[in-house]
Amino acid sequence: MSISIRQVSKTFGAFRALDGVNLEVPSGGLTALLGPSGSGKTTLLRIVAGLESVDEGTSGEILFDGQPVTDNPVNRRQVGFVFQHYALFRHMTVFENVAFGLRVKPRAQRPSQAEIRERVQELLRLVQLEQLAQRFPSQLSGGQRQRIALARALAIQPRVLLLDEPFGALDAQVRAELRRWLRHLHDTIHVTSIFVTHDQEEALEVADRVVVMNRGRIEQVGEPNEVFQNPATEFVMKFLGDVNVFHGRLHNAEPVFTGEPAAGDAVRLLVRPHDLTVQMQPGDGVSLQARVYRVLLAGSLVKIELTSQGRVVQVHVPHETYRATPVVAGQEVYLVPKVSRLYGAEAEAIEYVI
Amino acid sequence: MKRGKGRNRKGWLANAALCAAALTVIGALVVLPLGVILAEAFSGGWRLWAASVAEPEARGAILLTLAVTALAVPLNTVFGVAAAWALAKFRFRGRSLLLTLVDLPFAVSPVIAGLIFVLVFGRSGWFGGWLAERGLKVIFGTPGIVLATLFVTFPFVARELIPLMSEQGSEEEQAALSLGASGWKTFFKVTLPNIKWGLLYGIILCNARAMGEFGAVSVVSGHIRGETLTLPLHVEVLYNEYNFTAAFACASLLAGLAVVTIILKTVVELKGARDAA
Repeated sequence: MSISIRQVSKTFGAFRALDGVNLEVPSGGLTALLGPSGSGKTTLLRIVAGLESVDEGTSGEILFDGQPVTDNPVNRRQVGFVFQHYALFRHMTVFENVAFGLRVKPRAQRPSQAEIRERVQELLRLVQLEQLAQRFPSQLSGGQRQRIALARALAIQPRVLLLDEPFGALDAQVRAELRRWLRHLHDTIHVTSIFVTHDQEEALEVADRVVVMNRGRIEQVGEPNEVFQNPATEFVMKFLGDVNVFHGRLHNAEPVFTGEPAAGDAVRLLVRPHDLTVQMQPGDGVSLQARVYRVLLAGSLVKIELTSQGRVVQVHVPHETYRATPVVAGQEVYLVPKVSRLYGAEAEAIEYVI
Repeated sequence: MKRGKGRNRKGWLANAALCAAALTVIGALVVLPLGVILAEAFSGGWRLWAASVAEPEARGAILLTLAVTALAVPLNTVFGVAAAWALAKFRFRGRSLLLTLVDLPFAVSPVIAGLIFVLVFGRSGWFGGWLAERGLKVIFGTPGIVLATLFVTFPFVARELIPLMSEQGSEEEQAALSLGASGWKTFFKVTLPNIKWGLLYGIILCNARAMGEFGAVSVVSGHIRGETLTLPLHVEVLYNEYNFTAAFACASLLAGLAVVTIILKTVVELKGARDAA
């Protein structure tokens, strides 16, 4: 089931949560809505589900497979929704929670008791929690609760599966395990899925497509490696990973890094820590003088912390590279970016290749 | 060690003193009066007690009280759940005003509440003429007593449920809706089971107050013997006529109701606490 989001706006009082959002979600994929809190990602998900409505008097529309569902309330959209805090029915057993969606169907469509039992068992097998059928939600761990919530959402054979920060309330280890598991599950059932997250690592690792949102607008849509390698805006570049920012200005169409923030021609050079090389001599193109502050050898990469233009700079290099050209604290070196992006006052990328 | 022991002994003394003080107050203000009621009620033997309770006017008062309660408690259960649901699960304009209005019956003296109904529905009140033309009697009749009881007992269910429902939030309801449940199914299968102990607790308190209400009912009743006297009013009339044994006999029924209420309330609280754990 493909999902089309057209010109969707949403205002809460004076706060504009969504500002004319357009998005096409292809059938069968796993799409991540990624953004900081307040970017409108959860609101967008809830509008797709029908838990929120688009602003009245606007032409905002939601379509499933080309059919408008904007006026259908949530209970007639056949969507599976998974909440951050699980929202399991606390007075029902795990079995009854999963069976709920089947039991509330109109009498004519309701499966028989035996069919319900079979279907619930099958779903509990799918989430690998058959042995917990008679427990109550309060007796489960966070990770187990979220898997039950997922089984419950899948029971109604949803046309789309929507997950709101599904791993947000779990601790780091369970979260990493559960997101790999979700990816595997999606590869088995192929239901069109959208999940909301503020964790860029989670989005890049789990999703087929990443939608980066900021202040109620979409900044960029693309495959994980595409948005990571070619960020369309400064925001996306900063949000998707650690970056070092060098302030300079344009001089004869060439960036000059004097260190003083300049008005008018001000530009910012953004470089990821692993895209900087440390050299003893200045290079031919852009090279920035820096002083080594600290070297951290523990970890899969060597982390070198330096100061340049009065700011802290992070450089990550492989251990072999470091062994070839070791540096020590206090040493004066030059930083040469391998890949970088230059942004002007408007925050859009300026074509500049080093 | 020695100091610890000394402190423990001191602590024990303080505990004992506090317990003794509390027991004295409860004994003097609660147990003793309850004992007096029972002693007076049965001072002429249980036959006289039975005769006092079973004589026609007393029976009329008991039936009226039961009838009023049977109307007021279910209505206030529905109103209370509806008000709590709206106030706890939704944010809307005028919400804080409604929240204040729910508490109004607690803040207003019951006598004033009774007077309000007299001013609105009484013969010279706003709707008095209109009602009289159609031969409807609200004040000095059962409808007035029901209205006054409804007003006074309105907050019990709502007040009990608002904090409970606010704390539970509305995510479970949203989940139920997303699974295809209708609004009613969501209410009966998700909302109601989640609030059942709190609701029962509110109903018990509401019931006790509905049966025992004196002030507001006294104003609108008109004290017509055998017609508009509820049990508490009947006790008052008997007492004012120096018919102490009969008065205390009827009063012992209300006292018994209080004891049953407290036992039920405790059971419900314990059950609720066990379910929450």
